[in-house]
Amino acid sequence: MNKLLTVSPSPHEYSRESTKKLMYGVVIALVPAFLATIWFFGWAAIIVTAVSVVSCIIFEFLIQKFILRKKPAVSDGSAIVTGLLLAFCLPTNLHPGLVILGALVAIGIGKMTFGGLGNNPFNPALVGRVFLFLSFPVQMTTWPVPSGFKTSYTDAITGATPLSILNENYDKIAIDKVMADPGLAMPDYQQLFWGNTGGSLGEIAAFALILGLVYMLIRKIITWHIPVSILLTVTVFTGTLWLTNPEANADPLYHLMTGGLLLGAIFMATDYVTSPMSKKGMIVYGIGIGIITVLIRRFGAYPEGVQFAILIMNAFTPLINIYLKPSRFGEEVKNG
Amino acid sequence: MLKTFPKGGVHPPENKISAGIPIEIMPLPEQVIIPVCQHLGAPAEPVVDKGDEVKAGQVIAQSKGFVSANIHSSVSGKVLKVDKMLDASGYKQTSIVINVQDDEWLDSVDRSNTLKKEISLTGEEIIKKCAEYGIVGMGGATFPSHVKLSIPPGKKCDVLIINGVECEPYLTSDHRLMLEKTEELLTGTTLLMKALGVSSALIGIENNKKDAIKKLEGLADKYEGISIHTLKVKYPQGAEKQLIKALINREVPSGGLPVDVGTVVHNVGTAYAVYEAIQKNKPLVERVITVSGKNMDKPINLLTRIGTPLSKLIEHAGGLPDNTAKVVNGGPMMGKALGSLEVPVTKGTSGIIIFSEEESHRNETGPCIRCTKCISICPMGLEPYLLMTLTEKELFDRAEKEKIMDCMECGSCSFTCPANRPLLDYIRLGKANVGKIIRERKQK
Amino acid sequence: MSSAVLITIISLSLLGITAALILYFVAQKFKVYEDPRIDQVEAALPGANCGGCGFAGCRNFAEALVKSETFEGLNCPVGGNETMEKVAKILGREAPEVEPRVAVIRCNGTHDNRKKTSHYDGALNCTIAHNLYGGDTDCPYGCLGLGECVDACDFGAMYMDNETGLPVVIDDKCVACGACVKACPRNIIELRKKARKDRKIYVSCVNKDKGGPARKACSVACIGCGKCEKVCNFDAITIENNLAFIDSDKCKLCRKCEPECPTGAILEINFPPRKTEQKKEPEKAEA
Repeated sequence: MNKLLTVSPSPHEYSRESTKKLMYGVVIALVPAFLATIWFFGWAAIIVTAVSVVSCIIFEFLIQKFILRKKPAVSDGSAIVTGLLLAFCLPTNLHPGLVILGALVAIGIGKMTFGGLGNNPFNPALVGRVFLFLSFPVQMTTWPVPSGFKTSYTDAITGATPLSILNENYDKIAIDKVMADPGLAMPDYQQLFWGNTGGSLGEIAAFALILGLVYMLIRKIITWHIPVSILLTVTVFTGTLWLTNPEANADPLYHLMTGGLLLGAIFMATDYVTSPMSKKGMIVYGIGIGIITVLIRRFGAYPEGVQFAILIMNAFTPLINIYLKPSRFGEEVKNG
Repeated sequence: MLKTFPKGGVHPPENKISAGIPIEIMPLPEQVIIPVCQHLGAPAEPVVDKGDEVKAGQVIAQSKGFVSANIHSSVSGKVLKVDKMLDASGYKQTSIVINVQDDEWLDSVDRSNTLKKEISLTGEEIIKKCAEYGIVGMGGATFPSHVKLSIPPGKKCDVLIINGVECEPYLTSDHRLMLEKTEELLTGTTLLMKALGVSSALIGIENNKKDAIKKLEGLADKYEGISIHTLKVKYPQGAEKQLIKALINREVPSGGLPVDVGTVVHNVGTAYAVYEAIQKNKPLVERVITVSGKNMDKPINLLTRIGTPLSKLIEHAGGLPDNTAKVVNGGPMMGKALGSLEVPVTKGTSGIIIFSEEESHRNETGPCIRCTKCISICPMGLEPYLLMTLTEKELFDRAEKEKIMDCMECGSCSFTCPANRPLLDYIRLGKANVGKIIRERKQK
Repeated sequence: MSSAVLITIISLSLLGITAALILYFVAQKFKVYEDPRIDQVEAALPGANCGGCGFAGCRNFAEALVKSETFEGLNCPVGGNETMEKVAKILGREAPEVEPRVAVIRCNGTHDNRKKTSHYDGALNCTIAHNLYGGDTDCPYGCLGLGECVDACDFGAMYMDNETGLPVVIDDKCVACGACVKACPRNIIELRKKARKDRKIYVSCVNKDKGGPARKACSVACIGCGKCEKVCNFDAITIENNLAFIDSDKCKLCRKCEPECPTGAILEINFPPRKTEQKKEPEKAEA
């Protein structure tokens, strides 16, 4: 044989799993939510999503090539995921300039300043989203009412979301009366499940998001620990509040299906780079997110708390990684 | 529900291509190269010189100290030289090169195939004979068996475990041994039980060797205290700590040995070698080796004499395919890639796997995306991504605290990593450095 | 001024003064006494924190200098004699003259001299490759060419020559801190005494195999024939384990050994060309 033999350290067998495949798996999991959103918001949804994704890709490419002077790695799909997730937490009538600005902050500040993929402590999409929320509070809190393809991008009819109505009325008017008031038109469970309600692009259709969760679990892209611990914590916390004082609180199921909780629990909190590494850590992380979300929703000034809850717990992730390590083989025996 | 180890594990494709091929006897080569260190421990010292005539079974190198092993000639012929020769480790070591003439054995060796079940030796005599006949662990670690069988004072052993798992893909030599030499194996197990003074032995075997399981289960009733246990197919089920956990639910403590939890593990190949040594007075001079690969014409299981050049084995198996890029000594997960095929078969050689360019190329390394897959699959509960980073930054004290020395180098992490990070390459480097620090600390 | 503003100014000023007083007293109470000379010595040191002195950074070295009675075993290779004299003046002691040294790569196994016999595909780290096997050539002692020494150099004094596959030391920048020596898993790099005009004579081989296999692996290997040892009038050359070694402290650079070497393993660098003998020049890894 003329060719030289190749020598490398073991193992010599590879699973051929790749970062790209995992990222595109997340993209596929987001497709049901995307389709649902197009059904309810029409062209507006497509435009905001497209602008966000394209901006994220372009910014990542430019920054990697000209500022960091590294080989651009846009093909790994992570910029596309950030673009999609950023779009999915924006209102469908957001000005494209603001979307592009959000993408710049998300990729440029949220990801690239820390060294690129794998190095950022905070979820980039949420960094972009919170930046827009705090800098442009009016535009970020006017939510178009879903009217399918009749929803205008530029002149949408806007209305309050269920969570904002609840937030206004806490400790003023009994919540059960708010839920029953026909003038306020609070959506019922069916509407929340199928998506016929106001809110951001990706958060409205609960069923689509749950489909995405199931897909990611089957493909082993994520494990159940984070989403389940977040949702269970929210259920327990809101459940306790509702059982002790049903007139002043909405029921847990309502909380689970409104706002960005499902989107956050399934797609944002499970972001690889910013979530803890051990199963124990993931559960503590999820419980933290659940508690902070409900605290902000019920007792805080903002109607929705998931975005802040996730960012706050992202800050705790390095600490969680130091103290909550996976159990080592043969450790209990030594101590026991 | 089949038993298995609860933490970690991966499923590389099994590729047991040669599982149905009966063991064939490899013809004698013209020359053998027998290294003096084919075991863990001190190298043996040669007791023959250039020009000496030797017979098969004769001692040609004497063990040095307790943790060492005798080396016996696998052929009859004349010693050409005692010199430093390349071996499968990639470096040279002192070896005895013999030009083969005929096939004469020492008179004491019984070369017949008749099964001998009666055991006439005591436990201590069995251990002594294992030492004399150069028996070492045939699972690949090549730890001298007489050392393993000598239970240190203060420790107890209540059960023997026989490792018939063979979890590495492609390798089938243990499988064929269990099928074709079943009663010899069971007798060997009984010998080991006597040496350890235990009354029960568990043979663990993976569920993909159904014919061997059936045969063993059928014959095990004739042997007292031996039971067969089928295990789920998962890598690395054959690692001794994982095997002990799966079979008897005991966890060997970090830094400890199986004897700390009252058991000793031996490979089926070792049990067979013990049978041959004790019952047939045959030292460890030959073993079954799988030569396999997806592109091989003739995947095969060969009973080979120690010292046979690997190139001869591959020739016999149909030769190297044109698209060969890598030849691995051992299994694909823990075996060692060879730079040259002119290296000899040793006591620890379990198989040779031939890989094509497509199968062996490593994809480009990317940054760690913290997906936690390496943590989920690590059987020892470690964090490979962290150990690699600590090694790169030379933070060896922290690496020691993160239990880097517990790593058994099974390769599951590098196998799994979606970013193709060379995790095990760096963890091994980290282990070498931490090992040095620990040794220096002990010396102070 | 309104009373609100007045109250604000007074209360904040009081707070500020109180905080300052507390900080001052605490700083005085918990002050760690340090010999003021340590700061002075540290200021005289280069501040590279390279570890070449054997201590953990310049401050650590300064502490050791102040504490010790003599300068025995204490030398800053980066600053050299100039720096040690400055330190000596501060501490009122004598600084011994230490001869400057430079790192030398004792391997000339270029791609042309040393044939490749396998292809290495592991992580690009010399220690990893060294622990794995003898390397992608038949010389298990030679340079692996993966650049761990170049990565270790904090002074930009090394680079990898892609044509030869060997590292190159830039003599002017090398401060003989020893980082590359420590990094090389095969002890190929040596800190040799620096001669005038950066001249060097050394055996560019560390192969300990017998002559036959050594030469087969690399055409400029040292075969341990001993011809160089015989002609050296200064006892500078020793042969051990089939390998010749020229002691740079004893060598007078007389150049008698270089033409004796049958394989060209001895290299003489930065010398004028010889007037006699048309000897075939081997491929050199020029500094």
